[in-house]
Amino acid sequence: MSALVLKKGASRRSAYDLKNPLSDTIETHTLAVLVDNEAGVLARVIGLFSGRGYNIESLTVAEVDHLGHLSRITIVTTGTPQVIEQIKAQLARIVPVHDVHDLTVEGASVERELAMLKVAGTGEKRVEAMRLAGIFRAAVVDTTLESFVFEITGTPEKIDAFVDLMRPLGLSEIARTGVAAMSRGT
Amino acid sequence: MTRQMSGAQMVVQALKDQGVDTVFGYPGGAMLPIYDEIFRQSDIRHILVRHEQGATHAAEGYARSTGKPGVVLVTSGPGATNAVTGLTDALMDSIPLIVLSGQVPTFMIGTDAFQEADTVGITRPCTKHNWLIKDTDKLAETIHFAFHVATSGRPGPVLIDIPKDVQFATGRYTPPKKVPRSHYQPQVKGDIDAITALVAAIEKAKKPVFYTGGGVINSGHGASQLLRELVAGTDFPITSTLMGLGAYPASGKNWLGMLGMHGTYEANLAMHDCDLMINVGARFDDRITGRLEDFSPKSKKAHIDIDASSINKVVHVEIPILGDVAHVLEDVLKIWKSRGRKTNTEALRGWWQQIDKWRAVNCLGFHNSDSVIKPQHAIQRLEALTRGMDRYVTTEVGQHQMWAAQFMGFEDPNRWMTSGGLGTMGYGLPASIGVQVAHPQSLVINVAGDASFLMNMQELGTAAQYDLPVKQFIMNNERLGMVRQWQQLLHGERYSHSWSEALPDFVKLADAFGGKGILCEHPDDLDDAINAMLAHDGPVILDCRVEKHENCFPMIPSGKPHNEMLLGDATTEGAIDTGGAVLV
Repeated sequence: MSALVLKKGASRRSAYDLKNPLSDTIETHTLAVLVDNEAGVLARVIGLFSGRGYNIESLTVAEVDHLGHLSRITIVTTGTPQVIEQIKAQLARIVPVHDVHDLTVEGASVERELAMLKVAGTGEKRVEAMRLAGIFRAAVVDTTLESFVFEITGTPEKIDAFVDLMRPLGLSEIARTGVAAMSRGT
Repeated sequence: MTRQMSGAQMVVQALKDQGVDTVFGYPGGAMLPIYDEIFRQSDIRHILVRHEQGATHAAEGYARSTGKPGVVLVTSGPGATNAVTGLTDALMDSIPLIVLSGQVPTFMIGTDAFQEADTVGITRPCTKHNWLIKDTDKLAETIHFAFHVATSGRPGPVLIDIPKDVQFATGRYTPPKKVPRSHYQPQVKGDIDAITALVAAIEKAKKPVFYTGGGVINSGHGASQLLRELVAGTDFPITSTLMGLGAYPASGKNWLGMLGMHGTYEANLAMHDCDLMINVGARFDDRITGRLEDFSPKSKKAHIDIDASSINKVVHVEIPILGDVAHVLEDVLKIWKSRGRKTNTEALRGWWQQIDKWRAVNCLGFHNSDSVIKPQHAIQRLEALTRGMDRYVTTEVGQHQMWAAQFMGFEDPNRWMTSGGLGTMGYGLPASIGVQVAHPQSLVINVAGDASFLMNMQELGTAAQYDLPVKQFIMNNERLGMVRQWQQLLHGERYSHSWSEALPDFVKLADAFGGKGILCEHPDDLDDAINAMLAHDGPVILDCRVEKHENCFPMIPSGKPHNEMLLGDATTEGAIDTGGAVLV
């Protein structure tokens, strides 16, 4: 049986072809949504998720094409295969949405997140924080005699690990951007 | 050719360029510049309603009965919030509406100004799309694009919020042809591989059924013709949702009647037992499916829909076909004919024998009375006395709506206007006004209940003002009949607030609004009363006093599968368990 053909939205290689559509396994998917950069477009996307009871694990949005007035929204969401398909179809029918790509099923992709962590401390803890930051390739973007602000980029899992390590060392504040993601290759 | 004009002039020019002949609306402070332009022209007829909700339902009736989009003008604040129910109704039933709302001037937005509301924020979830216009140069282009959005793909309501200073300011008018092509171009042609798979399934099916919906109506008259050709060619049985009535004629020999919660026994059992279900423009609504786990367990399912999000939403289908009904059916017919018009005629004969046994149950049978008007009988007589007329029927929401769907026969699409998805009490009267405006010479009947009718009865004033001879057929049981029925079945006959203690005298009410009122209390007087209603050239209320505690059957109780229907004579005690009671 041929897959459902979507003009925009999920590719033919959707979760349906790969998995049991009626599975109740909860999956995590990263969606890249290209939208017209117009007033209210983010509210439409968020309203869709809250109105229909879908989850948002992470959401980032910024203009990516100034001349074309296009923004890219990256959403990490969870649900059964049927719910994920439904989310994609619902997103695709929002008028200012141009494309919906499910990076999780459309081949390999890379995901990155940026975080800033404020770690306050003196003595051994301060030294240890600096040493671990080196291992994680976190950059120091601000420093006082009693604190650092680290900038770290990586997968959400890497950032989680770094956050956990900093917690006993005086972590006092975290800011995370949420995930930006892109498929590999051309 | 671009011209300079005021924003208000642009609105009127854009509506004319879109071929709009009628708008429904209600003026207010933030709409005065546009109303000034309405005053100065005569191409577009403005129908003044009595409440903005009435305007939206009237526009829905106009749209559903003509196939053209309905246009509504409302002012800011309460004008826009009053339109919300109609917008939601149109979204659920896929009715194209263009609502133009006034807004406080741009420099006052966000200051809690008089009659300010965040209209685009409030209406975002109940429109297909909406816009706040901040630049007069963008106004005309946006209106033209709004018509495109409302009418293409799955139709739906759109709203354009126009601040008052934008209406006054001068800008460049963009004619429709100059509007840049949008990326928003829904797919209408179905995938040929999927269509071929459907044809192969049609050729083999032993127990097939067509399950059609409002999408056939929205796809236009051509879609109904193609559907009829396909049904006649294959000799498959066909049933329809509430929204799809009329796409296939009720007098057609393959017609099983409506399906769903109050659908016929034969339609629901055919759905349950079929081996091939062909869903044409319907959406597996919960009124249709009953308990999902037991919904048509043995069938292969095909689904033709223009909205990808409707496919595989609640019911998994083996043959999904994304596209417009007319385009897809055309290809289905073409391929089916080219492969030799094959069906499994031997198996079909057995299937029809089974269906005839179900038909013999006579599920719509009821115990008539010589002393009290039974609501089913009232509808039967209304049907008998108006059959064959150039007739349009609207309804309110409740028992009367289901009886109308069961006992009235629709031979053509666009003749039946009802609030299906949202179930909006108060829809029918304003909808009948919208239909009558579009079809001044036709018979327009609103089959109503006493409770629903009161929800928008102010629109009798609109009917009177424009000499619209709408017939309000009120089946008056002094109850909120469907609520009462559920309380009887589910809540131990505790009739909490489901009756009306202070109903108006509907005859006097008609009189007060300049219409004609007729009271009918006895079955012997029913035909005369209906004929008097039909004969009067003006708005009429027929107050038809019916049996107060009649239940609407057949009924699939909440949480039950299709093959556990309640029929009229069934004992209803304990028919619905506590699991079903939590469902709506």
